[in-house]
Amino acid sequence: MEAVNREPEYVNFYQVRKGIASWLFTHDHKRIALLYFWGVIGFFIVAVLLGMLMRLELIAPGPTIMDAGMYNAVFTLHGVIMIFLFIIPGVPAIFGNFMLPLMLGAPDVAFPRLNLISWWLYVIGGLLALGTLFFGEGPPDTGWTFYAPYSVKTGTNVTIAVLAAFILGFSSILTGINFIVTIHRMRCPGMSWFKMPLFPWALYATSWIQVLATPVVGITLLMIVMERVLGVGFFDPAIGGDPILYQHLFWIYSHPAVYIMVLPAMGIVSEIIPVFVKKSIFGYKAIVFSSLAIAFVGYFVWGHHMYTSGMSGTALIVFSLLTFLVAVPSGVKVFNWVATLYKGSVDLQPPMWYMLAFIFQFMIGGLTGLVVGSLATDVHLHDTYFVVAHFHYVMFGATGFAFIGAIHYWFPKIWGRMYNKRRANQGLLLLFIGFNLLYFPLFIVGMMGMPRRYYDYLPEFTIPNVISTIGSFILFAGLLMIIVNLIRGGMKGEKVGRNPWGGKTLEWQAGSPPSLYNFDETPEVTEGPYIYNK
Amino acid sequence: MGTTATHNGIQGHVLHRDDEGSRLGMWLFLFTEVILFGGLFAVYAVYRFLNPEAFHAGSGTLNLAFGAVNTVVLLTSSLSVALAISAIQMGRRKHTLLFLYLTLILALAFMVNKYFEWGAKIEHGLFPGTEHFFELPQGEAMFFYLYYFMTGLHMFHVVVGMILLSIMAVKVFRKKITSGNYVFLENSGLYWHLVDVIWIFLFPLLYLIK
Repeated sequence: MEAVNREPEYVNFYQVRKGIASWLFTHDHKRIALLYFWGVIGFFIVAVLLGMLMRLELIAPGPTIMDAGMYNAVFTLHGVIMIFLFIIPGVPAIFGNFMLPLMLGAPDVAFPRLNLISWWLYVIGGLLALGTLFFGEGPPDTGWTFYAPYSVKTGTNVTIAVLAAFILGFSSILTGINFIVTIHRMRCPGMSWFKMPLFPWALYATSWIQVLATPVVGITLLMIVMERVLGVGFFDPAIGGDPILYQHLFWIYSHPAVYIMVLPAMGIVSEIIPVFVKKSIFGYKAIVFSSLAIAFVGYFVWGHHMYTSGMSGTALIVFSLLTFLVAVPSGVKVFNWVATLYKGSVDLQPPMWYMLAFIFQFMIGGLTGLVVGSLATDVHLHDTYFVVAHFHYVMFGATGFAFIGAIHYWFPKIWGRMYNKRRANQGLLLLFIGFNLLYFPLFIVGMMGMPRRYYDYLPEFTIPNVISTIGSFILFAGLLMIIVNLIRGGMKGEKVGRNPWGGKTLEWQAGSPPSLYNFDETPEVTEGPYIYNK
Repeated sequence: MGTTATHNGIQGHVLHRDDEGSRLGMWLFLFTEVILFGGLFAVYAVYRFLNPEAFHAGSGTLNLAFGAVNTVVLLTSSLSVALAISAIQMGRRKHTLLFLYLTLILALAFMVNKYFEWGAKIEHGLFPGTEHFFELPQGEAMFFYLYYFMTGLHMFHVVVGMILLSIMAVKVFRKKITSGNYVFLENSGLYWHLVDVIWIFLFPLLYLIK
């Protein structure tokens, strides 16, 4: 790494070095964040297109554009890409990498080289996952959960897909370790734990989940690989294995992983709302502790994915109780955000609209989670479209919207320019309408009894499905509009200064875009991150 | 580079070393390793609970002598890597190298021992896929699946540890690791202790519990 240019002329991190190699082998956390950004966005678009194909297939009963086998492959890839390549790495690897050191007043993360290795692992895992499309026996058709024994028996490319997930898990673990050490060791002078902004706090809770939960799925996926390659039968009942054990091991990771997906998004909301109401966040410590509580309790609720798989009655009741408990800290956060709005001078800029959409959709997603978290109702709703609607409201309606909102919020910091705000709002409106039109009818059709994961359905489910598919077109149009607007903003938008939104956290003290080591002088902190009222 | 800025600052944009941070990172990584094997131990516990007699019979066929010798070998190697770290702290480069070589030799001994142990099993047809194996009662086959998978994964970690320690030996030789800068060696030592600790759990689970 070279010393920063101290000439009076400002050199941002894009200008320090040029060329492809300066990106692919960079140790700079901002460049690595952007590498992730392009990768994540690329995979996101692929998975969106796969989702559109599924919706198109479901516009009418019977085979419309594909057969059952193809549909199975499409929904599996849609799930694998969206989960392992978009939503798990999305917020932490992009905005975590870019903003964490800036918000802590640090020059980089604790282990810059490890950070680069994480990105390379991400790329390798991603290419393997995509590769299942093109070679071997065709893409996996097991669903993203790879449930045994089917995942052990099917002739499709499950081995490679599972290996890809294993490698991506490794990448996720390394990022988690990196962030924990960064937060422990690299906060700037004066920034005590409770003067740290809430996004780093959310990343801290997330990183612990990444470190402590991911290895379990790692070993489980390795067992699947062993079973397929060497015939070592851990889960195949024909050779003495227990498929339910696979489900337990899988969800021991994959339920906490749900919080890997949503906690950083909650951190973004806690960050953006105070800036646009010009008011200190309500209940800072309550938000901090609710993040930690979610991370902790989230470990003990995995059984709620398996109410119908076969478990003792006591286990069912305990898992259901804990599931209700984990909803409490999420509720605390929602109340804190709404209370922050109270008597604030709300400035409805595009990022703020995203946050309002987040709260609206997160509440629908969260409360329907309690419906499927209850034992009796779940027996009726398990494996129906109700569940599909529920988790899309949380994953896309909450995390996805927070992700796009975060792009709009930090856009001027990352690219140094402003996009067209009118267009941004119009794009969001389309996205919001499309999203709700797409997923809300699925609640209803789910309650009517339409099972998930079939390419076909009974004629009485037609109307909600048609509405849903129309919603997907509107959503897609909204996404296109947002992407085009952001690209134009990045190329031709008006240049902005260091702090276009009037934020108080440290990243707004750095240049837009920041210089190589972020700050000219090491920042010093004397008060909390959201002091607006003086 | 694994260097980092210290807690209080980036004065003059010189990136400082942060040994404490490196150690913290290593400990976190070791947590993940423990949980990785923890998943396997959970699987072991479940299947042992389901097939107690078969696991008993399977464990009876393992050669206790091989296992016991390997336990002693690994424990001794853990001692020698700890001595290597003590030696570098006192600036005794030659002793450090000596202890590192000793550790590597012991690790190699472990692998050779394992080779003969596995070799004998495979010769008897006790390996997934063979005819003899299919005739085993279900639970006992599961015991051997777990035996191969757990010791196999552990062996993989031994090999990684050997590679790490070899790199460390080269770095000590080239004076890249000195009495003032030995956190890499310390972290490699931590990794080696983890390999040892996992074996300490594998040995009774597979060989001793009757």
